[in-house]
Amino acid sequence: MNSSSDVRLSTAAPSETQAIAAAIAGIVTDGDLMVLVGDLGAGKTAFTQGFCAALDVTEPVTSPTFTLANRYEGRLTVNHLDVYRIEALEEARDLALTELLDDGVTLIEWGDVILPALPDDRLDVRITFGEGDDDRVLALTAVGARWTARLDELRAAVGAAA
Amino acid sequence: MGADVILGIETSCDETAAAVVARASDVRSSVVSSQVDIHAKYGGVVPEVASRAHVETIMPVVEEALDASGLTSSGIDAVAATHGPGLIGALLVGVSAAKAISLVWDVPFIGVNHLEAHLYAAFLEEPNLEMPLVILLVSGGHTMLILMEGHLRYRVLGHTVDDAAGEALDKVARVLDLGYPGGPAVDRLSNNGDRDAIAFPRAMANDGWNFSFSGVKTAVVNHVRKRPDVQIADVAASFQEAVADVLVMKARRAAKEYGATGLCLAGGVAANSRLREMVADAAAADGLRAFLPSRAMCTDNAAMVAAAGWWRLAADGPSGMDLGADPSLRLPVD
Repeated sequence: MNSSSDVRLSTAAPSETQAIAAAIAGIVTDGDLMVLVGDLGAGKTAFTQGFCAALDVTEPVTSPTFTLANRYEGRLTVNHLDVYRIEALEEARDLALTELLDDGVTLIEWGDVILPALPDDRLDVRITFGEGDDDRVLALTAVGARWTARLDELRAAVGAAA
Repeated sequence: MGADVILGIETSCDETAAAVVARASDVRSSVVSSQVDIHAKYGGVVPEVASRAHVETIMPVVEEALDASGLTSSGIDAVAATHGPGLIGALLVGVSAAKAISLVWDVPFIGVNHLEAHLYAAFLEEPNLEMPLVILLVSGGHTMLILMEGHLRYRVLGHTVDDAAGEALDKVARVLDLGYPGGPAVDRLSNNGDRDAIAFPRAMANDGWNFSFSGVKTAVVNHVRKRPDVQIADVAASFQEAVADVLVMKARRAAKEYGATGLCLAGGVAANSRLREMVADAAAADGLRAFLPSRAMCTDNAAMVAAAGWWRLAADGPSGMDLGADPSLRLPVD
C-alpha cells in the first residue's frame, strides 16, 4: 500500500474512529470496496461496527476472523470479510470476491495480504497506533477513479466527523 | 423406534471426524483426524487447504469409525452431518459425504447444527443431566451464554459483541509468538505465570449478558508494545484470567437469575484448564453441579454430531436431500 495517503486523521478513542467510519458510510454506494489494514487491536472491527451502525445494521457486528465472511443487511448490504488467516493469494479466490463486490458494500480486514487480487477501485484505510493506548492514526487512500472522484466529498464528510 | 445407531460426520473447520453413537449416549467409536499440523505452518486455519484435506480424509475416517464400532453398514440407522456454521468448503465435504451414504445405505440423512452438537457433547458423558442448565459455549468462532431449558430448547442469553473468546486467545498467542493452536499454548504458558501480575480489563463485567474480548486483546497488545521485556508468562496468565473471569462471572449470575441447577462448558475453549477450574470452584460455592466434558468432547468431534442428530431425528424427522451447507447457521431458539 502507498505510504502517501490522501487524508490523515487522528483519533483518541474507539468512538472517534467509529464516528469517522460512520461519516464514510454516509457517502458509500453499492459496489464500493474498502480495505482495512492495521495490526491486531488497531480497531478494524471497531471501524466496521461504526460503519454498519450508520447504515442501520441492527444485528451485532462481530469479528469475522473464524467465519471469514459475514453479511449484514442495513440501508445497504454490508459484506464484512477478514483475510487474517489467508496467507497465499490463491486461497483468496475461494472467497468469491468478485461476486460479493457486485452486491452491497464490502469491507475487507487485513486486506493488504490479498491486494493483488483486489480490484483497482477501492478506499484503503490504514489504522496505526498513536502515542497513547487509545490514540490511532487513520490514513485514507483513494485507489482508482471511483474513489478519487469522491475525494472532496470524502474530505468533507470525515472533516465534519473529526 | 428404529433409528438408534447414528453415524455422525463433522467437517466444519479443521477436524475431519466420524463417530458411531447409539441413542445419543453410547459412543461406539469416535475418530478425529486433525489438521492442526497442516495449519500450524500457516498460523491458522486456511480454508482452501482445509477443504482439500477434508476431501482426502473423509472416507478413511468414516471407514475407521465404522470398523472401530464393530458394526457394518447394515447396523447404522441414520447418518448425521454438520451443515453449519463453519467454512463453506469444509462443510460441503461432510454434507455431501453424508448424503451419498444416506442414498447408498438407504438410511435417513440429518443435517446438524454445529452449535447444537457442542451443547449435546455434555449429554454423551452424562445422559441424565438435569435442566435448566447454563452453558458457556466458547470456541474460536463463538462465545455464547445459553440457558438450556429442556431438550432442543435453548435461549441465548448473551454472546460476544466483537471477538470470540477462542479468537482472542489465538490472537494473543500470536502477539506473544506462542505458535498455533494458540489457546492451548496460552494455557500451558500460564501455568508458569502470575495471573494477578497485570490487571487486564474485564469488559462489560457488570453490563448485561453479552461479552467483549476485543478490548482485553488490545490491552495485551499495548502492554507488550510498551514493555518489550515483560515476562510473557505473566501476560498470558493475567490475560487468561481476565477472559475466564468474565465468562464465569456471567454464567454464575445467569444460573442464579434463571434458577439453573448446573453450569456446563462446551466448545474448544472448554478445554482451558483455568476456565475449568474456575467453573468447578464457582459451582461448588453456589451449590450447583458443574459439568465439564472431557477435553476430547469439548473440541470438535463427530460423537456430539451423532448425539444431536439422534435428538433432531426423533423430534423433526429426517432432513431433506436439498438441505445445503450454511456457513452462518444460528442456534435454533424458542
